Amino acid sequence: MGAEGFQRLSKVRLPAALWLALALSPLFLPTYWVIILTEILIMALFALGFNLLLGFTGLLSFGQAGFFGTGAYAAALLLEHGPPSLLLALACGGLSAALAALVVGYLCVRRDEIYFAMLTLGFGMMLFTVAHNWREVTGGSDGLPVFSVPPLEVIFWEWSLFSPTVMYLFTLITVTAGTLFLWRVVHSPFGLMLASIRENKERLAFAGGPVRSLRLAAFVIAGLVSGVAGALFCLFNHMATPDIMHWSFSARPVLMTILGGAGVFLGPALGAALFFILEHFITDVTESWMFFLGCVLVPVVVFFPRGVLGTLLHRLEKGGRA
Amino acid sequence: MKGPPLLQVKGLSHRFGKFRVLQNVSLEVERGVLAALIGPNGAGKTTFYNVVSGRFPPSSGKIVFKGKDITGLPAHRIAPLGLLRSFQITNIFNNLTVLENVLAPLVLRHGRGFSMLRSLRKRRSLYGEAEAVLERLGLAEQARRPARELAYGDKRLVEIAIVMALQPELVLLDEPTAGMTPEETDRMIGLVRELAEDSGVTFFLTEHDMKVVFSVAARIHVLHQGRLLAEGAPEEIRAHEEVREAYLGGSLDA
Amino acid sequence: MEIFVLNLLNGLSWGMLLFLIAVGLTTVFGVLGVLNFAHGSLFMLGAYLCMQAMRIFPSFWLGLLVGPLCVAVLAAIIERWLLRPVYGRDITFQLLLTFSILLVLDDGVRLVWGPGYHVVDPPALLAGTFPLFDHSYPVYKVFLVILGSATGLALWFFFQRTRWGRIIRAAASDREMAEGVGIRVPLLYNGVFAFGAWLAALGGALASPQQSIGPSMGERIIIESFIVVVSGGMGSFPGAFLGALVLGLLESFGAVFAGRFQMALPFILLATVLLARPRGLFGKEA
Repeated sequence: MGAEGFQRLSKVRLPAALWLALALSPLFLPTYWVIILTEILIMALFALGFNLLLGFTGLLSFGQAGFFGTGAYAAALLLEHGPPSLLLALACGGLSAALAALVVGYLCVRRDEIYFAMLTLGFGMMLFTVAHNWREVTGGSDGLPVFSVPPLEVIFWEWSLFSPTVMYLFTLITVTAGTLFLWRVVHSPFGLMLASIRENKERLAFAGGPVRSLRLAAFVIAGLVSGVAGALFCLFNHMATPDIMHWSFSARPVLMTILGGAGVFLGPALGAALFFILEHFITDVTESWMFFLGCVLVPVVVFFPRGVLGTLLHRLEKGGRA
Repeated sequence: MKGPPLLQVKGLSHRFGKFRVLQNVSLEVERGVLAALIGPNGAGKTTFYNVVSGRFPPSSGKIVFKGKDITGLPAHRIAPLGLLRSFQITNIFNNLTVLENVLAPLVLRHGRGFSMLRSLRKRRSLYGEAEAVLERLGLAEQARRPARELAYGDKRLVEIAIVMALQPELVLLDEPTAGMTPEETDRMIGLVRELAEDSGVTFFLTEHDMKVVFSVAARIHVLHQGRLLAEGAPEEIRAHEEVREAYLGGSLDA
Repeated sequence: MEIFVLNLLNGLSWGMLLFLIAVGLTTVFGVLGVLNFAHGSLFMLGAYLCMQAMRIFPSFWLGLLVGPLCVAVLAAIIERWLLRPVYGRDITFQLLLTFSILLVLDDGVRLVWGPGYHVVDPPALLAGTFPLFDHSYPVYKVFLVILGSATGLALWFFFQRTRWGRIIRAAASDREMAEGVGIRVPLLYNGVFAFGAWLAALGGALASPQQSIGPSMGERIIIESFIVVVSGGMGSFPGAFLGALVLGLLESFGAVFAGRFQMALPFILLATVLLARPRGLFGKEA
């Protein structure tokens, strides 16, 4: 099979087959794994949103957890005090995170590289502080539990999200929608603008590109996606807690993206899967799984900067051309 | 056809700390008249271009383009007005394909920079325009290659392609033939002449290679130690005493 | 008045400790161009190794000597084998690499010494308190203020007045030139990195009598060090000094006026400084 054929296969049929396998997995996987898959999907969406900034725009943000958490808390607050609608909870999560990203982003996108990373870290932690200390609204360090999770309603049918399978499928559909949205964005004219900024933002500016505004738009979209992922997480856990806003949680999408590869669209998703699989198998043996994660990451970062998926695709591409 | 000058620079001065790079430079560039800026190393040519194209604002002075005061405007506001520059050190989108290098400025020119939900690939007209620009510059065959893989001379052409895609009125060409072989240089000179003739673009170039300057420029401005030393037609400049001295004799006869 | 002085002393002693750690971080950045995410982990390792040394020879001073030295050796190894192959890649990448090293060190400590907290007593000489107004103020904190200032002065003297200091500054500003005049830059880089690690570890060992030693020590300190270094200006010595003092005092007095939102103060400082002065207080042009 030549490179062209492989391209066609990988672009449409492989992902489709994979998606089908995912959709049917509750039929053949034990419940324990269905639950893990749910979490993987949520974190995959989080990481894909993050990578819009890193892989596509060239911006390393260490504060995405702030928006993830904002989405989670917004969903929790809505479900406790507002109409019992799942769709509204997701929308609320996404929009409130997008709004937070608009404010934070406005202040951060004017700086580059390390300063951008530090500023996002700082603002993310400010959001964490609010969640951790504003006991009246956020429940403080105990978090905000969600007691009434509305059922999933599709036309006549009603399913309770307390069933792991239902939660899983709901998550799969939401994450798929989010992923398709990001795919669209990346392949749009705006997506080309982001890639140009990553490659040479000065050149784009001299061609008339409003770099700051474009970056802000990317930051808001990433925030939106993070917020939706956070809202899903809240539904998954039936609570929102401050630790998901801490900078160490922000490190997760970063690590997942390095593992999977920032240069490939689905790289972070694969990275999320690898991350959880590694965690699962290593914590069976020892509690200090971060140690082994670090040991895996160091050679990946040094020798495989494209990440697992990136390196794989690169090798296959080179093989196809030769 | 004469009209008001395309570019008017009045009393332009710039300092880096205590170091005065430009001192009270005033000049005009007419539409359709290919102009050149020359001067020995350190004369301030690149700073002049940087200031006019909006990289940073000048310490003092005024820059008027098409009758509009653009002094102090950032580069991304000046470019849409029709004033563009190319860079001395090749400044292209290395990991994008040659085609994408040209598509990006086209997207901007058509105001589609924030179009997020439409597919780029479906915009046939954009692709058509991009391919036409590449065709014009002889880069059509390299369209799908990543820009970083191109030969140096071709990369300089991509540099020009990015500029031409924006359909500018005035282009500041910063040493277009820098680092080129004699054949590539001849190609570039020919290209600049052709583009000046058929696309209605006014070029204002700066060069070290005097052969290039004297073969294309209709009007030459000479910068020396930050000041405008002389300006006029090529023959006048060639015969100019002070200019010859500034170049320490000889290098004018390329 | 009393509260003011107490808070002032607390702020100064914490600030001096921060300075010791931050100056290592900023020097490494200034010379090697690497922002070491694992710097806080080296601080933590310094505390642990000092404690471990004290289990063998019960002397704080010996622990203070041995612990940081071991960390410096480890750092030299890390620089040679992990960092050196990747100089020249962009800073984002280096942040990711040093972050991965952080994971190894932070959890590695958990593997070796367990997840619990440990306590170290200050040496007999400095263990006492002295009367200050109506309170008994620990001698150790005053010791930190004095030691921190002395170290700061010594470092300043080293960089400004000695031959080696000048060589390091030369290599920092122009690597090629330095190599051109015969300075063995890779060896120099290794030395500077080890030195920066030594300073962090020394800070850790010095901090151990004051705070409990645990696996999360590194996390807190790295964020604070980043804030000091970035606010003060990356690679700037006076920046690290000023930044550390300001942060130390801010945290000390902040407990009084900011109430439960005091943990946000360092980040508010960071954001305010960066937004007002993009390169930090004493930062140089990019």
